[in-house]
Amino acid sequence: MSTVMHVLPYLVAVYVFLTGCYGLATSRNLVHAVGCLAVCQSATYVLLLAVGYRDGGTAPVFSDIRPGSRPVVDPVVQALTLTDIVVGATVTALLLALVLQIAKRHGTVDPDELRELRG
Amino acid sequence: MNRLRLWLLALGGAGLAALLVAACLDLPGFGGRRHPYGDRAVHASLARHTANTIASVNFDQRAYDTLGEMSILFAAVLGCAVLLRQARDEHRARPRPAEVARPVRRYALLALPVALVTGLYVIAHGQLSPGGGFQGGVVAATALHLLYLGADYSALERVRPLGVHEISDAVAVCAYVVLGLASVLAGTAFLANTLLPYGTFNTLSSGGSVPLLNAAVGMEVASAVVVLLAHFIDQAVEIEEEHRS
Repeated sequence: MSTVMHVLPYLVAVYVFLTGCYGLATSRNLVHAVGCLAVCQSATYVLLLAVGYRDGGTAPVFSDIRPGSRPVVDPVVQALTLTDIVVGATVTALLLALVLQIAKRHGTVDPDELRELRG
Repeated sequence: MNRLRLWLLALGGAGLAALLVAACLDLPGFGGRRHPYGDRAVHASLARHTANTIASVNFDQRAYDTLGEMSILFAAVLGCAVLLRQARDEHRARPRPAEVARPVRRYALLALPVALVTGLYVIAHGQLSPGGGFQGGVVAATALHLLYLGADYSALERVRPLGVHEISDAVAVCAYVVLGLASVLAGTAFLANTLLPYGTFNTLSSGGSVPLLNAAVGMEVASAVVVLLAHFIDQAVEIEEEHRS
C-alpha cells in the first residue's frame, strides 16, 4: 500500500505525459496538436509538485503561519513550476500564431494534407 | 501507412512508458522529509524578511533566472506581433458594433473593476501572500478584456491603446535590468538583494528589492498579455482577406 502511494503521483505524471504524446502523434488538426503539447507540459507540473511534496506540509508562505511550526513543501520546485507555466503559455501563443499563418497560406490545418500540398 | 505509423507509435510509447516507470520507482518516495534545497530556501527567505518563500526564490535567490524568463515572454510577444501582422493581401475592416445581452453586459461591467483591483492586489502582495507579478499580471490583463464581453471591440480599443501597452512592456523589462545594474553600481553582484533595507517582516515594504522586481514583472506580464490577446483578437475581428476577383 505504502509503496504504491510513494510512486503513484509520479505515475500520474507519466500517464499524463504519454496521453499528450499519443494525442500529438495521432492529431489531425494543428490546433488540437498544440493542445496536446500543453497536456504533455502539464505532466511536468505534476512531476515537479510531486517531487516537492512533504507529508503534512502546507504552502511555504509565512504571512499567517509561524516559521517552524509546521512542515512546508519545497518552495524551489514551486518556483520552477511557475517558470514552467510561463514558458508553456508563451510556447502555446507562438505555436497558435504559427498555426494561424499556416491556415491562411495553405487553407488547411491538417498536418497530413499540409505535406501533400507541399509535394 | 497509417497502420504502420500506429504500430511504431505503440512500440515507442511502450518503451518510453517502461523507462519512465522504472525511473519513477527509483525516485525518492512521495512526501519524504528530505528537502535540503527547500530548507535552505526557506531559511534564506526568512533571513531577508520575505514572507512568501516562492517570491523570494523567484525575485531574490533566482532573480537572474527570472530575467531570462521575462526575456522569453518578451521575445514571444515580439514573435507573435511579427507573425500576426497585417499581410499585404489583407485589409482592416471596422468591427461592427455587437448586440450584447443585457445580463451579460451588466455582470461583465460589474466584474471588471473587481477583477482589475484583484489583479493589482495580487501583484502588490506578491512577497506576502500566494501570488505575485506573473499571476496578478494575467488577472489584471484578463480583467480589461471583460469589456470586450460586456460592450464591444471598439470600446475595448478605446480603453486599451496598444502603443501604450507595447511601450510599458519594454519599459518594465528595462526596469528589471536597471534594478539589477543598480546593485552592481552599489558594489555587489548583478540583481543581488542587498541594496534596500529588508524592512519589517510581513509588511508591504519588506523583502528589499523583491517588491520592486515583482512590480516590474507584474507590469511586463500585464502588458504582454494585453498585446498578445490584441493581436489574436485583431485577426478574428478586424483583419480580413481581400476578395480576389
